Amino acid sequence: MTIPKGGGKTQVLIIGAGVTGIGLARDLALRGVSCLLVEKKDFNAGASGGNHGLLHSGARYVLSDPASARECREENELLQRLAPQCIEPCGGLFVAVEGDDENFIARFPLLCEKAGIPTRSLDPKEARELEPVLSEKVIAAYAVEDGSIDPFRLSLDNLAQAEEKGCRFLPYSRVLALERAGSRIRKVFLEETRRGETFAVEAEVVVNAAGAWAGQVAALAGLSVPVLFSKGSLIITPYRLAQRVINRLRPPSDADILVPGGTVSILGTTSIRIDDLEAARPEVEEVEAMIEDAKAMVPLLERVRYIRAYCGVRPLVGGQGDGDDRSISRGFALLDHSREGLENFITITGGKLTTYRLMAEKTADRVCRLLGIDRPCLTREIPLPPSSMGGWTEPAGVPRHQPDRLFQDSLVCECEAVPEEALDSLLASFSSAGIPVDLPAVGLRSRIGKGRCQGGFCGPRAAALLFDRRPTTPREARQGLREFLRGRWKGVRPVLWGEQLAQAELSEAVHLGFLGLEGEEG
Amino acid sequence: MIQGDRVQEFDLTVIGDGMAGTAAVLFALNRGLSVAWAGTGNPLSLASGCLDFLACHPLSARKTWTDPWAAMEALTRDLPAHPYARLRREEIEAAWDETLKCLNQGGLPYFRRPEKNIEVLTPMGNLRPTYALPETMRKGMEALEKGRPCLILKIEGLKGFSSQWLVEGLKERGWAVRAERVDFPGLEGRRDLLPEHLAQALITTQNRTRLVERIQPLIKGVEMVGLPAVLDLYRHKETVAELEDRLGLPLFEIPTLPPSLPGLRLRQVFERHFKKTGACTLFPYRVIGMEKKGAVGFQVHFKEDAVKGPRSRGVVLAGGRFFGGGLMAERKAIREPLLGLPVHQPLTREGWHQRDYFDRTGHPVNRAGLLTDDHFRPLDAQGNPAFETLFAAGSILAHQDWKREKSGSGLALATAYKAVQSFIERIK
Repeated sequence: MTIPKGGGKTQVLIIGAGVTGIGLARDLALRGVSCLLVEKKDFNAGASGGNHGLLHSGARYVLSDPASARECREENELLQRLAPQCIEPCGGLFVAVEGDDENFIARFPLLCEKAGIPTRSLDPKEARELEPVLSEKVIAAYAVEDGSIDPFRLSLDNLAQAEEKGCRFLPYSRVLALERAGSRIRKVFLEETRRGETFAVEAEVVVNAAGAWAGQVAALAGLSVPVLFSKGSLIITPYRLAQRVINRLRPPSDADILVPGGTVSILGTTSIRIDDLEAARPEVEEVEAMIEDAKAMVPLLERVRYIRAYCGVRPLVGGQGDGDDRSISRGFALLDHSREGLENFITITGGKLTTYRLMAEKTADRVCRLLGIDRPCLTREIPLPPSSMGGWTEPAGVPRHQPDRLFQDSLVCECEAVPEEALDSLLASFSSAGIPVDLPAVGLRSRIGKGRCQGGFCGPRAAALLFDRRPTTPREARQGLREFLRGRWKGVRPVLWGEQLAQAELSEAVHLGFLGLEGEEG
Repeated sequence: MIQGDRVQEFDLTVIGDGMAGTAAVLFALNRGLSVAWAGTGNPLSLASGCLDFLACHPLSARKTWTDPWAAMEALTRDLPAHPYARLRREEIEAAWDETLKCLNQGGLPYFRRPEKNIEVLTPMGNLRPTYALPETMRKGMEALEKGRPCLILKIEGLKGFSSQWLVEGLKERGWAVRAERVDFPGLEGRRDLLPEHLAQALITTQNRTRLVERIQPLIKGVEMVGLPAVLDLYRHKETVAELEDRLGLPLFEIPTLPPSLPGLRLRQVFERHFKKTGACTLFPYRVIGMEKKGAVGFQVHFKEDAVKGPRSRGVVLAGGRFFGGGLMAERKAIREPLLGLPVHQPLTREGWHQRDYFDRTGHPVNRAGLLTDDHFRPLDAQGNPAFETLFAAGSILAHQDWKREKSGSGLALATAYKAVQSFIERIK
């Protein structure tokens, strides 16, 4: 068995590079604990990359889950202070329209007060002055302290500091088996999925931070962690419709949050129980249902263009079989498996983006106890340093922060103003981090393929540039381009009508009609 | 020639300035008709300049044909509703002949082997089938076929073109090629360059001279020099001849991602020809409506309401699909925006697209479009021609998937040809 550079020994092995696993890696690294972070795909591949990017004020959960609401409020304040580069403190509104449950509208401010969440009552007219896209039928409105957060930047910045402190990250490394010896996991066998090599890691503690996949990983250790899968789909407009987060003032339901993400707005979500995690993708019927529902709050949503849909799968732990998944706690589950006879294996799953740091802290506390280390958590005090790797994920980040660059550098992507430098700087950090140099990896860390053309033009361009910088075989490069375009397609397909269909038609004319990219596929 | 505030009358209005619309204008003018030509943009700038005929069928088997006529036979048999199935071989041949003759006479000679498809290089290092090539691409094809040692120029700052990728792709095919970087004269140090910028730089003698001087030291041991398609727009033929003469070597061009010069050259040659006839009036406006006027005739309306639309005895709808505006996709259904003609389409949006982008059978929405009779007259809801003198041509037609079939130009030319012929028969 060949052991790639990631093989060998470590104090802590973290399985899953979502924001929880990455946050945990940073927390442990700051406490001086050595860790190895493994991920079967690339970072934020699950729910961490498939959410609203909403920094909750907590008001969303005052009815269903007051404990989560309180956690959200506290973490919201911490993150605004410690990771401002990832956050836009845009504020939020809760609005009800004619026909919404008046009883809930009346209870809402009281519930918020009970959970310690500040709200300010607004006159409907005032709300519509603040956000002109709101329906004329708004009957009640409250201002809250929601914000928007860039989950990609958040993860990249956390990862960068973890790596700086000695943590190693291995993407495309899938756990094959957990070898038990008595009450301990002695060895973890992994496969580097791109090259197909297997390798083994010995760790003092193994943390299962696989999110929706936590049940599958636990099963490898012979444990049962029942996880329910709740798919949430979202859709993105090509421009920003509102300055603030707009929440529907009603008990949590579909399509009731519109979140600004830099230059775009994101509407979501659905909540659909699914069985097959790997098959999760946004569907046409979900998009239809969301638009039909949300137009009561923001009528423009019925006429606006959407450039893409995406989805994430929420891991819900501890739910009953049926019923509304939204009633299941959005709190996190930190499971110690000692009662099942395993002493060095911990599962952390569930939770929310807003509370990722807290989840990491609690998990790291537990890990340190197992290791017999007595060092305090530092992530409550130490700011999260902005990293260079995380500098290219912000929509319109270049025009906003480096306007001169637009005139100095060549743009790979005009929709999102991605300069060639973005690609070069990412490539430079890839080699030291062991990240495969291909278009999907570049796309994940930048705005390439995220604009109106969804990779139609910038896909082939970035692929050409990539080939010039790091030649592979022509076929591999075309394969990388196809993989990238296939990934984009998942999200584009459900929103193809109007202008976006015209755009997709043009892209198809380039990719298939002109380049004949389909030709070499058997 | 662009006008005006009074209604002008014509024999035929052609809506659309892509390949089908342009061809319809050509065929109509060549037959002595007066033509109103409405189109807003320059869609041919998106064309690669390679003219496809038919190469892939059936799509599900990913079968590629060398002989387009054999492919046609199979397609006509398997897909009787395909627009090609409504055409006779003589008509298709005549459409090609007349079009290529116009290009040839206009100084943009095209090469084809009438019975064979050709493989053309793409900037991603692969080959794809097409049918007719501009002369400067033909030389590249021959060099590839004969394996002649070549130099491929890498032009500093040109977007979306990796000579390295291309060269590695060619080496895999056993071709002795190498790439060398060249700073394009007049654009040194500039980035974000598109083919038009390079073409413009070549307008001056000084820049052409400098280009030759820069290529000269690199050509040892090669028999040909290839470069992305940037060799001039308006004086393409002369510029190529001059550069070849001074270099002492043949040059060939490789198609680029759009915006593409070979596509613009097509537009430019056709437009020059149309101007010469004096019988074509261009209306660079968006058509937003059309109504029947009198027993035989149509009145077209533009979005720019100060401009009176033309009136004509016949109309050819050649506005393309969704990108061109010939079809419009709403959330629930696809419609034809000018006359509300019935559009053949999948039942629901869920059925429009496959789950895999590269699905081998293609997306069903690509086969949505107008149904016609054998004269290419769109049908009404009852299945009868909607109007006596209304025709449709090109990609607006149902039952074809030109991108996967590699049939775009051929379909455009042949259906435009038939539409114009049918119109003439009706008004005789």
